[in-house]
Amino acid sequence: MAVSGLIFIGFLLIHMYGNLKVFAGHDAFNEYAHHLRTFGEPMLPYGGLLWIIRVTLIAALVAHVSSAVMLTIRAGKARTTKYAVKKNLASSLSSRTMRWGGLALFIFVIWHLIHFTIGKVNPTGGATNDPYQLVVDSFGLWWMVLIYLAALVAVGLHLHHGTWSAMQTLGLTGSPRARSRAKAAGLVIAVLIAGGFALVPLSVLFGIVA
Amino acid sequence: MSASTTEEAKTGMKLTLKIWRQPDATSSGKLHTYQLADVSPDMSFLEMLDVLNEELNAKGEDPVAFDSDCREGICGMCGLMINGEAHGPEVTTTCQLHMRSFSDGDVITIEPWRSDAFPVMKDLCVDRQAFDRIIQSGGYISVNTGSAPEAHSVQVPKDAADRAFDVATCIGCGACVAACPNGSASLFIGAKITHLGELPQGQAERDSRVVDMLGQHDAEGFGGCTNIGECAAACPKEIPLDVISQLNKDLRTAMLHGR
Repeated sequence: MAVSGLIFIGFLLIHMYGNLKVFAGHDAFNEYAHHLRTFGEPMLPYGGLLWIIRVTLIAALVAHVSSAVMLTIRAGKARTTKYAVKKNLASSLSSRTMRWGGLALFIFVIWHLIHFTIGKVNPTGGATNDPYQLVVDSFGLWWMVLIYLAALVAVGLHLHHGTWSAMQTLGLTGSPRARSRAKAAGLVIAVLIAGGFALVPLSVLFGIVA
Repeated sequence: MSASTTEEAKTGMKLTLKIWRQPDATSSGKLHTYQLADVSPDMSFLEMLDVLNEELNAKGEDPVAFDSDCREGICGMCGLMINGEAHGPEVTTTCQLHMRSFSDGDVITIEPWRSDAFPVMKDLCVDRQAFDRIIQSGGYISVNTGSAPEAHSVQVPKDAADRAFDVATCIGCGACVAACPNGSASLFIGAKITHLGELPQGQAERDSRVVDMLGQHDAEGFGGCTNIGECAAACPKEIPLDVISQLNKDLRTAMLHGR
C-alpha cells in the first residue's frame, strides 16, 4: 500500500510538470508530448519509456487496490456488530474518505484515460491529434473543468492522509516530531499536486491559456 | 465547589441509560433503556452502574454484567463504550471516569467493546483472551529464574528507559481495538514491541517477537491498521501513534533478516 502509493505520488509530480508546460505555449507542450515518446531513443524503442511507466503504474495499481480490498474485507470481518453510537475523535475527513475516495479516483482515471489517451475525445468536435488543442478545447467547457476539479479535490484528500500513512507504514515516524513532519508533508504534497494540476483547467477556462 | 454543583449533589442527576443487554455469548442482544435518579456527580461511572444494579436487584431483575477489578485505573479490566467513546469523554479508564463529566438529563449509551476478536460473553463483558494469546506468542523476554542480577550489570540509556516505561503503561484494556474503525490491535502490539525493543533484554527475540505477535494478531481476526489515529485518542494511558511506526520498522528489519 505504502510503496505503491509513493510510486503514484512520484508519477503525479512528473505528470504535473508535463501539464504545466501548457504555459510555455502550443509548440513547447506538443514537443514535450512528442519527446515523451522519443525519450531514450535509440536505446529504447519509440514510446519505450511510456510503456515502462505504464507497466510500473499498472503493477502499483494492482498492489494498491488488492491491499485496499484486503484491508476493507478484514475491517468488515473484525467488527460485524456495529456501534449504536460511535464518535470520531482523531480521524480526519481525508482518512475517513480513503476507501470511497479511492474508488472515485479509480473511476476518474478510467474516464481520464478515455478522454486524453485511449479515446482522445474532443468534446467540441475539434482536432484530436493536437494535444495542446485537445486541452484547450476540453477545458473551455465549464462542466469539464468541474469534473477535473472534483477529481483533484479527491486526489488532495487521498494524498493528505496517504502520504503520512505511507511514511508511518514504512516505519519512518518513530517520534512525535517525525509524525508531525510526516503530516505536514501530507498537507504540502496534497496542496501542491491538487493545486498544480488545477492551474491548467482553470487557466484555460479563464482565458489565460488559449 | 460552586453553588450550583452543591445543589446538584444534593438533588442528584437524572440520567437516561441505554445499555446493551445480552444474556450470553450465543444469544442476540439489544439496547435497553433505564432511568436512574439521584446520581451524585462524585460517583465513579462504575459506582453509578452499581447503584443501577442495586435497583435492578431490588426489583428482581437481572443486574447488568460489566467488567471491573482494581477500580484505580491500573489493571485494564474495565472498559465500556460510553456515548461512542472508549472509556467515555475523559482520557482515563472507565473506573476513573466520574459522573461530574456528565450533566443532569443526559442520555448515556453504554455498549461493550465491538470486536469479533473480543466476543461478548454477557451484557457489557467481553472475552479479551485474544490479547493473552498475542502476548504468549511473543510479548515476553526469556530469562533464567533465580536471584536477581546486579542492577548495573546491564546498562540502559536514560532515553530508552524512559520510552520503554512510557509505553509499558499499556494495561491491555482493548480501548484501541474498540475505537479503531478497522478493529485493529496495532497500538497494543506496538506498545509491547516498543517496550521490550527499547531494552537490552528484549533484543534476543526482537525479530521473532514482531513476526509472531503480528501473525497471532491476524489469526485472531483483528483488522489491519490504516493509520487513522482513533486508537491513540482513545488510549487511557496516552500511548502515542509512533509505536505503530516502531512496529512497522521492527517488522521491516525482521523481514530484511529473513524472518
